[in-house]
Amino acid sequence: MAVNNPIAGLNKIFDNRIRLGVMSIVSVNEEINFNDLKQLLEVTDGNLATHLQTLEESGFLKVHKGFVGRKTNTTYAITKAGEKAFKDHIQALENMIRGVK
Amino acid sequence: MIKQDQHLEALQDIRQMMQRSSRFLSLSGLSGIAAGFWALLGAYFAYQWIGDYYHRYNQEGNFSGREFQELKLKLFLLAGGVLCLALLSAFYFTWRRTQKTNGQFWNHTSKQLAINMFIPLATGGLFLLTMLQHNEWRFVVPASLLFYGLALVNGSKYTLSDIRYLGLSEIIVGLIATQFIGYGLHFWAIGFGVLHIVYGFVMWWKNERKPAPAQ
Repeated sequence: MAVNNPIAGLNKIFDNRIRLGVMSIVSVNEEINFNDLKQLLEVTDGNLATHLQTLEESGFLKVHKGFVGRKTNTTYAITKAGEKAFKDHIQALENMIRGVK
Repeated sequence: MIKQDQHLEALQDIRQMMQRSSRFLSLSGLSGIAAGFWALLGAYFAYQWIGDYYHRYNQEGNFSGREFQELKLKLFLLAGGVLCLALLSAFYFTWRRTQKTNGQFWNHTSKQLAINMFIPLATGGLFLLTMLQHNEWRFVVPASLLFYGLALVNGSKYTLSDIRYLGLSEIIVGLIATQFIGYGLHFWAIGFGVLHIVYGFVMWWKNERKPAPAQ
């Protein structure tokens, strides 16, 4: 059933541009910290934190809280579930573009 | 149709983010040209000094150990000076490019690039010092080209793909140099001078010639 449905892989969670951006970044980086994410996505602390929390709660992100000197350094990495969901999402996007042609 | 455009845009966003977060794309071709220029200038001076030394040797007809030590020291300082000038100008042109394109000089990707180039470079540097320690000077030029080439290939995953081909070219020149031991300086000038200028020009031509489109 799912095989025939081209949009089955689309994930509601990735509808948001910032969340999609975060997933794109963590999919090609072993791990990345909060400030680098903020810099790349050009968003505010609060905004980014909310989206990161959503992704973490969905089981797509692993969060590691560490320290650099006295400053907290939180790093993020993609989970197996996150990799699969993101791959399916891209596949679905591609299918839909091809499907309409 | 509109839906389709949205999906296409999303895919382009994903692609762009993947690239921007994993590759340092602000590396300037002018950095390569400048580094190559200093290398050629250094090779020219070294060539002159070595020529002078042998000229005097032929006139006086004997080797003075002290003069040879002096020549070695001068060449060592020259190499250090060329390295410093090359690094400074390379940093300058790349920094200038990040200012123009509103990029950041020291970010996640340039850190990755630096770490991944540093590992083979530091290994090669220490290896060269141990070679000199054992008075093995014949393979200094090939080894420096080989380690530098390997460092570029390793670092190229985190920057423009041209760097991979520059690295492979350095490796090839380094391997050829092993077969022409007396011509180290020539190969050094080709590897560090000519190749840097050629690839620097290609990179500049491809990426910087026209004003970068706003991203």
